[in-house]
Amino acid sequence: MKDEIRQVVREHGHLSVDIDSLGDGDDLYQAGMTSHASVNVMIALEDTFDIEFLDSMLKRSVFESVSSISAALSEIGVPA
Amino acid sequence: MAEFRPGDAEQTAFLEQLLDARLLIDSGVPGVYGRGEDFERVRWAFDGKVSEAAAVDEPERLAFPPVLPKRRIEEIGYLKSFPHLAGTIFCFEGDEEQATEQEGKAERHEDWSEYQSQTELCLTPAACYPVYPAIAARGKLAAGGVMVDAGGSYVFRHEPSGDPARLQIFHQREIVRIGEPDTVAEWRDAWRDRSVELLRSVGLDANFDVANDPFFGRTGRLLARSQRAQALKFEILVQIAGPEPTAVASFNYHQDHFTSVYGIEMDAEETTAHTACLGFGLERITLALLHEHGLELDAWPAPVRTELGLG
Repeated sequence: MKDEIRQVVREHGHLSVDIDSLGDGDDLYQAGMTSHASVNVMIALEDTFDIEFLDSMLKRSVFESVSSISAALSEIGVPA
Repeated sequence: MAEFRPGDAEQTAFLEQLLDARLLIDSGVPGVYGRGEDFERVRWAFDGKVSEAAAVDEPERLAFPPVLPKRRIEEIGYLKSFPHLAGTIFCFEGDEEQATEQEGKAERHEDWSEYQSQTELCLTPAACYPVYPAIAARGKLAAGGVMVDAGGSYVFRHEPSGDPARLQIFHQREIVRIGEPDTVAEWRDAWRDRSVELLRSVGLDANFDVANDPFFGRTGRLLARSQRAQALKFEILVQIAGPEPTAVASFNYHQDHFTSVYGIEMDAEETTAHTACLGFGLERITLALLHEHGLELDAWPAPVRTELGLG
């Protein structure tokens, strides 16, 4: 799952660095992802995994890192 | 069509009083009113107070019309964040036969939208939007950046409501700061405090709070919460009519949103430029003053009249 998350962030996160240089726990906002870009990441994740994030998950901290995204996806039943 | 939001009992009663006193003039469309002489006197008086407060910073004064090329709306992502609020200008582009048909339908108050085509213009939704491309066109910014006073332009938001404080078209007195990130953040904080003082000086119980914009839909919830988590927007709240205080001024720190869209950079080794703006809702402040001090200007407390130069 994390590889797919990384691919989505690579395409939609507008990071100022290569995502391969970041660890799973590194802060994507620090790496240049804007709030507007995080919205695109959110939409792309929903398309990729064919899921809908819970309303309570639509917050900044959920999209902060590959790990936090992965934890949210697991919570709504996406297999690791 | 945007849903009409009725005002509560207090808001409805206040609107009726304003109409009876001819401070506002009904147009038949909720949230769109003419303004009586006393209303305008107060609005201009407060506008003057803002000019006075801004003068110490010697801002550059620019003025823009209340319409905006639709390209601007497109490039800044307004339709992503606020598709529900945008107003677009349509005009007739047809032949004589179609003009006759259109007129026939219009005369009978039927739908004549099929004869209308989208123009290259939108109604300006925020008075600061024309400022960013205008500054970008000048090239890189010298150290310290710029401060622009964009005056009090009419702005449009499609949100019909029975609350007199929620207008569809109103004046936003907007001041914009563009410069180094630290400079811009400090400016916003200084003006937030200065604005609270300004509103308190005319007898309003003004307080600021962290806020968020009314972003659209599910993605909007993420944007709104993100905006709050980073404290990017503050509002100054004053009691008008209704259960909760109303925002009469807002301070937005856009970070690099506009500077990246328009390629605005500092002429320095560190080229990053940020923007922030503050906007006073002049009609809301006028309404707050009328609500607080009464509908008869002559009966307002003398210190408030003096402060506003109302004689």
